[in-house]
Amino acid sequence: MNFLPRTIFAVLFGLLTGTASADATLLNASYDVARDVYKDYNPMFQKHWKATTGETLELKQSHGGSSKQVRAVADGLEADVVTMNQANDIEFLADKGLVAKDWAKKFPNNASPYTSAMVFIVRKGNPKAIKDWPDLAAPGTQVILPHPKNTGNGRNTYLSAWAWALRQPGGNDAKAQEFLGKLLKNAPLFAAGGRDATTTFMQRKMGDVLVTFESEAEMIAKEFGKGEFEVVYPSLTMQTEFPVAVVEKVVDKKGTRKQATAYLDYLWSKEGQENAAQNYLRPRDTELLKKYAHFFPPVKTFTVDEVFGGANKAFATHFKDGGTFDRIYTQK
Amino acid sequence: MAARTHRVLPGFGLALGYTLVYLSLLILLPLGGMILKASDLGFAQIIDIALGERALAAFRVTFGASFLAAAVNAFFGLIVAWILVRYPFPGKRFVDALVDLPFALPTAVAGITLATIYAGNGWLGRFIEPLGFKVAYTPAGIVVALTFVTLPFVVRTLQPVIEDIEPEVEEAAATLGASRWQTFYRIIFPAIFPALLTGFALAFARAIGEFGSVIFIAGNLPLVSEIVPLLIISKLEQYDVLGATALAVVMLAISFVMLLGINGLQWWAANRHRNSEPPEAAAGKAKGDGE
Repeated sequence: MNFLPRTIFAVLFGLLTGTASADATLLNASYDVARDVYKDYNPMFQKHWKATTGETLELKQSHGGSSKQVRAVADGLEADVVTMNQANDIEFLADKGLVAKDWAKKFPNNASPYTSAMVFIVRKGNPKAIKDWPDLAAPGTQVILPHPKNTGNGRNTYLSAWAWALRQPGGNDAKAQEFLGKLLKNAPLFAAGGRDATTTFMQRKMGDVLVTFESEAEMIAKEFGKGEFEVVYPSLTMQTEFPVAVVEKVVDKKGTRKQATAYLDYLWSKEGQENAAQNYLRPRDTELLKKYAHFFPPVKTFTVDEVFGGANKAFATHFKDGGTFDRIYTQK
Repeated sequence: MAARTHRVLPGFGLALGYTLVYLSLLILLPLGGMILKASDLGFAQIIDIALGERALAAFRVTFGASFLAAAVNAFFGLIVAWILVRYPFPGKRFVDALVDLPFALPTAVAGITLATIYAGNGWLGRFIEPLGFKVAYTPAGIVVALTFVTLPFVVRTLQPVIEDIEPEVEEAAATLGASRWQTFYRIIFPAIFPALLTGFALAFARAIGEFGSVIFIAGNLPLVSEIVPLLIISKLEQYDVLGATALAVVMLAISFVMLLGINGLQWWAANRHRNSEPPEAAAGKAKGDGE
């Protein structure tokens, strides 16, 4: 029975010597489904860094809900870099003084190395002939989406539908809110998160259409088989960004600014961009976008900055308590 | 009352000090911090947040579903505990171990599993939905999830108490001419009632704070099936820590009052025979009843 203490000792010893052998350690606090992206990216960067500087770098990952991660960083989680899926999460860190105020300008493309788009997933053969946003608001259609107030995925869906309604002839905020009211009435439930919505739609066979990230559609294909569903691209949808930033306070304290900046810069390299594409995220590199065109058909997108004047403003108008989402339910 | 009673084991002072420090660090400190944080808001604002339309609906759903789940467990948990203590049957140890499973299972797993089973194409859902009972993604689903999660509380608090009731007591009641119903109602039930209330209170308190299992089966529709913990998460999602704390404090206050009430009831149930009536009077009353 004394193998247990020995094992524990061995594990502890391994951990201690493991950390001691690295020249520097970086912690990347990231959103939940980014696991696959950084699982492949980290060893790539380690190799690159070793080859260019001779330094051995240890890379650690922390994953969780985007806003929960940001709160952890604000409360003292010593992450050198944050890689998120919503700009307002990084804005929060900027407000707290942990991230530079002009973080979006520190890297190209609004500091978002890759993007995705919100798309529809419908049942095989598209039995309800769902083509565009108004089909989701039509009577008798069931829409599956995560909670628009509590999840980034749900918020992107909400804002995409809002932007579509706004861009229609004669469209305005009042009409958009009315449209969203009809659409949300078609939701039999609000899923707890993106993956929960996928399970509800694919496995429990609820609803006629699921709204989710384009990258998630490929995940579904892997999990449930390509023949089970179809992807529909609406006439206008949100280009979702995945902003990254260096956590100034932490890198200054740890002396890891150089490594942290290089780690994020490398996301824009050919290798970094190709890794994103292989994880079904649209690379910023136009050549690679062409190379992987079979994953990424052309789609008309808008950004939150264009239509809503920034992520923070969009959040305040629509998802804060008393915002348009609440008013849809409480103004009868 | 003697000022100093002789104690067999020494170290009362040390143990009491330890107890107070331990409870303060573990419970009072975080709760105090929470209340302190909420006090930034002021009483009027806290009430304002708690009386919002969505918040009110969520309070109704949370406390209603928790009460129902605890009540269901009080009834069926009593039966389970009784069977497990009183009757030998094959596989009894297995069934006994089964009771603890809801404690061991991560609640999110429980929620996802229940949602899958009760969904329209699930093992149970496909049979009960055609009959008009929708469980998954309705408030009924919340009750089911809470009942599942809190089952062990009632069973585990009742088991030792039922074990303590000697079968001879029932036999004595029978020889004195009590019917089966009288034996249960006058002899057994008063003995287990305080423990039943404890089990109920534990289940109820646990259900109020439950989040992981509920969100996967509730459907989370505003005004219909949102629970208070979900609204708290929603506030945190807006980085509105103060608002979240306000909701938490209100929830805590209501829970505290309810648990205090249950404790009072329990105290009354445990003491009404011992203290309120002198033994002669009780005996006389029993005699009078017999005639």
